[in-house]
Amino acid sequence: MTDMTQASIATPARPRRSKRFRWSQVFDHAILCTGAFFMVFPVFLVLMTTSFEDADIVRNGLQFGFEGQMLENFEAAMFEAAGFSKAITGTRMLMNSLILGFGFAIGKIVISMMAAYAIVYFRLRFATFAFWIIFTTLLLPLEVRILPSYEAIQSLGLANTYSGLIIPLIASATGTFFFRQFFRSIPEELVEAARIDGAGPIKFFIDILVPLSRTMIAAIFIIMFVYGWNQYLWPTLITTDEGMFTLVRGIKQIVQVLSQTGAMIPEYGKALALSLIAMIPPVLIVIFFQSWFVKGLTESDK
Amino acid sequence: MAQVTLDRVRKTYPNGFEAVQPCSVEIPDGELVVLVGPSGCGKSTLLRMIAGLEDITDGALSIGTDVVNDKDPADRNIAMVFQNYALYPHMSVAKNMGYGLKNRGASKAEIDAKVQEAARILNLGDYLDRRPSQLSGGQRQRVAMGRAIVRDPELFLFDEPLSNLDAKLRNQMRIEIRALQQRLGVTSVYVTHDQVEAMTMADRIIVLNAGRVEQIGTPTEIYERPASTFVAGFMGAPPMNLMTAALVSGQLQVGGETKLPLTPPAVATDEVLVGYRPEDVRLGGDGSVVLDVQIIEELGANRLLHGQLGGQAFSISIGKDEQAQVGPQPITLPQDRVHFFHPERGTRL
Ligand SMILES: Nc1ncnc2c1ncn2[C@@H]1O[C@H](COP(=O)(O)OP(=O)(O)O)[C@@H](O)[C@H]1O
Ligand SMILES: [Mg+2]
Repeated sequence: MTDMTQASIATPARPRRSKRFRWSQVFDHAILCTGAFFMVFPVFLVLMTTSFEDADIVRNGLQFGFEGQMLENFEAAMFEAAGFSKAITGTRMLMNSLILGFGFAIGKIVISMMAAYAIVYFRLRFATFAFWIIFTTLLLPLEVRILPSYEAIQSLGLANTYSGLIIPLIASATGTFFFRQFFRSIPEELVEAARIDGAGPIKFFIDILVPLSRTMIAAIFIIMFVYGWNQYLWPTLITTDEGMFTLVRGIKQIVQVLSQTGAMIPEYGKALALSLIAMIPPVLIVIFFQSWFVKGLTESDK
Repeated sequence: MAQVTLDRVRKTYPNGFEAVQPCSVEIPDGELVVLVGPSGCGKSTLLRMIAGLEDITDGALSIGTDVVNDKDPADRNIAMVFQNYALYPHMSVAKNMGYGLKNRGASKAEIDAKVQEAARILNLGDYLDRRPSQLSGGQRQRVAMGRAIVRDPELFLFDEPLSNLDAKLRNQMRIEIRALQQRLGVTSVYVTHDQVEAMTMADRIIVLNAGRVEQIGTPTEIYERPASTFVAGFMGAPPMNLMTAALVSGQLQVGGETKLPLTPPAVATDEVLVGYRPEDVRLGGDGSVVLDVQIIEELGANRLLHGQLGGQAFSISIGKDEQAQVGPQPITLPQDRVHFFHPERGTRL
């Protein structure tokens, strides 16, 4: 697993034979630039539009010009109390989203690492069976089991709590699978050397397995954080209290609330500003962990 | 320091495979015993039972005065060096060596002192901050040794520790390990499939074949008086010549006509296996025994002549100053260097 990723990262770094100009490179770059343009263009368009007034946006849709409203719109998005009950601000939603994203990713990593550890290193009678049971839960994503999950959380009194938001989503077949594959690739002798060195199961896990898995952890963290951040259905269901809203679900709520300027139009500028803010943390996580990820790979030496 | 006693120790794997047949041996304090045998003969299994990494099916294993069958590897006060070194990839050399001490609750100052001492002995002083991946094979081997010695164990276990090194380094490390073991005086069990390593390093050798102990003895005993044709063939390069000779009215004959001028052993069989080390046979003689030389191998220090004696393959080794040609050559088979083996059982007569 590690080796594969390493190879795919190492290939582009192969030293070029000459710096000669090549048409194929122009072509490659043309494709890259086109792709980048298609991705960045809508974001840019939204950014520019946030500088307009709501009424303007309703009349003319998204637009490229620049008006003076950008700062006001962002400020309103972040700090102005919103929603029917005026219990939520952008900052609050951002914090809720961060709690969900981190709780989700960290929880998944902890749970799936421990599950994989048990499956790989302990002579459990039904280890393989247990693994396949965990694996088949891939067939049962939250959307399929949403009613029973809701019922359970509701009756446990966990609705409108962070625990209720995070825990039902935390079991991860994918994570367990990746960690299991990774643990199985660790040489048996390493385990034995640690045993002779007096490392018990917990020490071995913390001193040896976790540091060896750090690239794996980084990779899964990126994926899971973004996945958790983008959760929409479950938060919508389990949080009715506006103070618990996450960004992703809160944006919609804001559009529904009509502008207070009296013109009875939705607050589009604020919503657009919020949707831009909602994009920032996942991007930061990817950027931050990516460098860590590459560093881990190049230094890794299993 | 401790003596190690194996009393009819046996291993049957869960799948029913008997990897080690009952094995009894006593290893006195400070001795280096080499377990040698071909691949798959059960050397690692036996060693891993001593380490506690593998359950002992039957029999008793004592280290010092205690029976340790049910003790955890960590509680046996042993250290093991693995073939692939099994260093912790994410720890520096110093951390690798100190990890066992840390787990035993040693103080930081004590760990530092011991690691420094081991690094000094093994010439690793400049590498203490490096990761294993930044070291050469020989240096990793040294770190593995360092990890073993910092803990002052009662027993060293080595599982083919040199087989991942190139030939030159292997010779050098062989001598270093032996010197270190003698200096520290720690009882050691050393597994190898290389008979040269076994001969050069061992106080005593245990030759294993298919899970069975063929012979236990000092290198000289093993070489001079192999207990079976297996040992005779396995120990020594080139291996011992083994010819089937017929006993015809008190006279040994090979290939129908060549009579061997040897006093045969007193046995009731009509055939025996005659064994000669290639270097024990001399070129020249009265012509009663003739070797039909087919190939001459030049080894520098000596020459190997490969040919036929009475229709059976036979090789001799001669000094570099002696001359030899392809074709029939008279040879001398000294009576005092002959080995006789039972024709079917292969045991020494
Ligand atoms: N866990 C196991 N289960 C069954 N058979 C095994 C197991 N480990 C090793 N063996 C068998 O036991 C024999 C001895 O193995 P080993 O001790 O590793 O040999 P070696 O002398 O090469 O070190 C081999 O034939 C091997 O196939
Ligand atoms: Mg082995």
